Amino acid sequence: MPAICLALLRSFIVSVVLIAFAAPAFAATFAESVGKFATDDFSDTEEAIGEVASSGNPLAYPIISALQDERLMFDADTKKVYIKQTDGKAIDAATGAAVDAIPDSASAVNLNNRLRRAVDAAIGGLTLMSPDASARLSAAQSVFKSHDESMLPTVEAALAKETNRSIKQALSEGRAAMLLFKSDASETDKLGAVATIKARGDQDALALLTEISGGDQPASVTKSASGAIASIQSSLAMWSGVQNAWYGLSLGSVLLLAAIGLAITFGVMGVINMAHGEMVMLGAYTTFAVQEVIRTSYPALFDYSLFIAVPLAFLVAGAIGILIERTVIRFLYGRPLETLLATWGLSLILQQAVRTAFGPTNREVGNPSWMSGAFDLGQITITYNRLWILCFTLAVFAILLAMLRYTALGLEMRAVTQNRRMAASMGIATSRVDALTFGLGSGIAGIAGVALSQIDNVSPNLGQSYIIDSFMVVVFGGVGNLWGTLVGAFTLGIANKFLEPVAGAVLGKIAILVLIILFIQKRPRGLFALKGRAVEA
Amino acid sequence: MPHMLTRSLDRAATTFILIVAACGVLIPLSNLLLPAGSALQVPTYLVALWGKYVCYAILALSIDLIWGYCGILSLGHGAFFALGGYAMGMYLMRQIGSRGVYGNPLLPDFMVFLNWSKLPWYWYGFDMFPFAALMVLLVPGLLAFCFGWLAFRSRVTGVYLSIITQAMTYALLLAFFRNDFGFGGNNGLTDFKDILGFNVQAEGTRAALFALSCLALIVAFLICRAVVSSKLGKVLIAIRDAESRTRFLGYRVESYKLFVFTLSACMAGVAGALYVPQVGIINPSEFAPGNSIEAVIWVAVGGRGTLVGAALGAIVVNYAKTFFTSGALAPYWLFMLGALFVLVTLLLPKGIVGTFNAWWEPFKAKQGDANAESAAREDGISEAKMAE
Repeated sequence: MPAICLALLRSFIVSVVLIAFAAPAFAATFAESVGKFATDDFSDTEEAIGEVASSGNPLAYPIISALQDERLMFDADTKKVYIKQTDGKAIDAATGAAVDAIPDSASAVNLNNRLRRAVDAAIGGLTLMSPDASARLSAAQSVFKSHDESMLPTVEAALAKETNRSIKQALSEGRAAMLLFKSDASETDKLGAVATIKARGDQDALALLTEISGGDQPASVTKSASGAIASIQSSLAMWSGVQNAWYGLSLGSVLLLAAIGLAITFGVMGVINMAHGEMVMLGAYTTFAVQEVIRTSYPALFDYSLFIAVPLAFLVAGAIGILIERTVIRFLYGRPLETLLATWGLSLILQQAVRTAFGPTNREVGNPSWMSGAFDLGQITITYNRLWILCFTLAVFAILLAMLRYTALGLEMRAVTQNRRMAASMGIATSRVDALTFGLGSGIAGIAGVALSQIDNVSPNLGQSYIIDSFMVVVFGGVGNLWGTLVGAFTLGIANKFLEPVAGAVLGKIAILVLIILFIQKRPRGLFALKGRAVEA
Repeated sequence: MPHMLTRSLDRAATTFILIVAACGVLIPLSNLLLPAGSALQVPTYLVALWGKYVCYAILALSIDLIWGYCGILSLGHGAFFALGGYAMGMYLMRQIGSRGVYGNPLLPDFMVFLNWSKLPWYWYGFDMFPFAALMVLLVPGLLAFCFGWLAFRSRVTGVYLSIITQAMTYALLLAFFRNDFGFGGNNGLTDFKDILGFNVQAEGTRAALFALSCLALIVAFLICRAVVSSKLGKVLIAIRDAESRTRFLGYRVESYKLFVFTLSACMAGVAGALYVPQVGIINPSEFAPGNSIEAVIWVAVGGRGTLVGAALGAIVVNYAKTFFTSGALAPYWLFMLGALFVLVTLLLPKGIVGTFNAWWEPFKAKQGDANAESAAREDGISEAKMAE
């Protein structure tokens, strides 16, 4: 019951506002207008919708929304119209008086597509006065799209009353759109409208201006519209460049994350680890397992699942990496081609093991609440998960750099890379360093898996889709240089996203692969090549 | 030339050729002449299956030629195989003529389906067998020549070369998956009817294709033997073992590598061309990087740098694959394949034939067979390389 009171109150406010600002309907009394619903004739119904919507009667909103939901009943014999309310009770549409029961002979008022549009527009106009700000905003935005000039008085009334800034702006844009389509609007009004729409500056504004500049308009309006079109187009081109750059950064961060572990195993140790992608996959499945446990036992912790998964994935992938190094790879040092084959075999085994354990289909990994959603920056939309992954990647990169630079293990790793024999004679346990380095590279791949599980399908083939790209990044950036990997990843990411709109996704990717193959001809050792004796070793 | 061929043939090679030739003659004959159900009759499905193995053996030979003798590990040889296959597939598509589902006399079904009005220019000429046969050699050869010319000239070696060959086949995989590329997209080319006027499904055609594949294997083997036992082959082995040193001695390493890489790609193309009519389909999955790496493991299992071993490895591994994937052990096949990669590289680096040679050689040397010893040493992977 309070809901109905509220609805009535809202309708009452609407009616007051409409009576105060809009031209009241003189032509027919409200009861006559409502009576037109009972004729079962589409053109009568259309007239009725227009008259009821502009009547300012508190029943207008209930009637139109009942019409929309096919709850508006009419009795052809008595010419009475009833509203069947959502709680099952009925009221007389013309008077609002409660009715005991709707007669059996009554049926719902029929609508066709044209009428449905009219109903939507009428509801839009009525919702402009709604006390709910978000409902007002969406109604105001739909005004811009429909730009039905009959709504102009309603919109102007709402505009005068509106206090919320963004709704006010949406309303004035809607009003501008209507003025441009209104044939008898004054030239100054139209020029002002063009300026308002130019300030909006998005695709919809562009489409609207293109539409009106083709129509019958005063010369000055056409001229100013075409100026506005040019300016919107150039600003849109700029924004699409910004958008591509953002997508490119996002893709680059994914590539960097996948390749950074490889930069350690391949770049620093010279070991070709074809099972690297599977380490990424193991990280993703660790996330899945962590979320499963949380879902079943501690649902409240779900938002923290990634904080638990990151160290765990590092440990799982790192431990398996160390195991692989100790059992297989250490026997193959100095035989890179054999290492390649053996690790490919390992990747097949790991994939099949995961397939056996978790099934061949995609597993669902959820986004924590702080990673879902998006925000607008100018004309582009930035999703939080992409943004967090970019930050996370850079953090991992910085930590890794610091580790190599400032810790004892980092020092030993660099020493073994530069001169294994000399390092050994200085007392560094080279085989221990090898194992730890490989474990570190694999562990970072595991961490990458946690991040990638947020944006990609978690399936046993997850790693396969990243392995070739990761190798391309490392080879392009230059082996043995983490900065090269960073530059390589972002260059490839951005280049890929700028090629995509021109060439299409697949051709863009092929073009990138071909470009890398050509690039390697020019600089066989990558962008940032090691110099000196290490090259031939 | 005859002198060179006979000189290069040791006992193992002669045995290999005789066995392949005997299979190539006896299996088709038994399939065609003996009554069905007889104990000695080879069923048609087995002829097609073994024909597939023989094509794989040719592919393995081509990989062994560059990997075993020149140290170039190509992870993209499946691409050359598939390109040869597509060239043959295009010929077979054109032979369908108006018998397709849409009955268009000129356009293959998938083009009609895509609403194409005329044949793309690169499909011209494939209705003629000699042209298609030329393309089987030319397309993979040309790609390998361009790719190799770029790569070897700028001294891309070792794992870098492996990785960019993998990128090459991956790029081709993506390209051939596209419908507008004009090669049937995802579905590839299939539903073949005739080859040179004979029905591809007929037993006689299958038997003939099998015999032809065996012949091709023998010819490919002889070519490889001729190459590796010539002076050119010695230079290739030198490049494998010490590329810089060979270059400093004044050999044009790039040219040698380019020659052998292109030759190998042509052989892979022929293997693919013989494979397609026997299997009845060619689709982009043949370009998958995994396939190329699998072909490399055949060579590793059989023994790289032995030629006979490569062919043997291809047949053994593929027989095992058929055996295991068709039974209850199917889910474990990938475990086995993976373990094969690991165990062969760790425990059997010379492969089956190489290990056998290493065991057999001292025994033979005791009998004073000096000639055989030197020949075997050329064949095996050099001691210096293994010691590294």
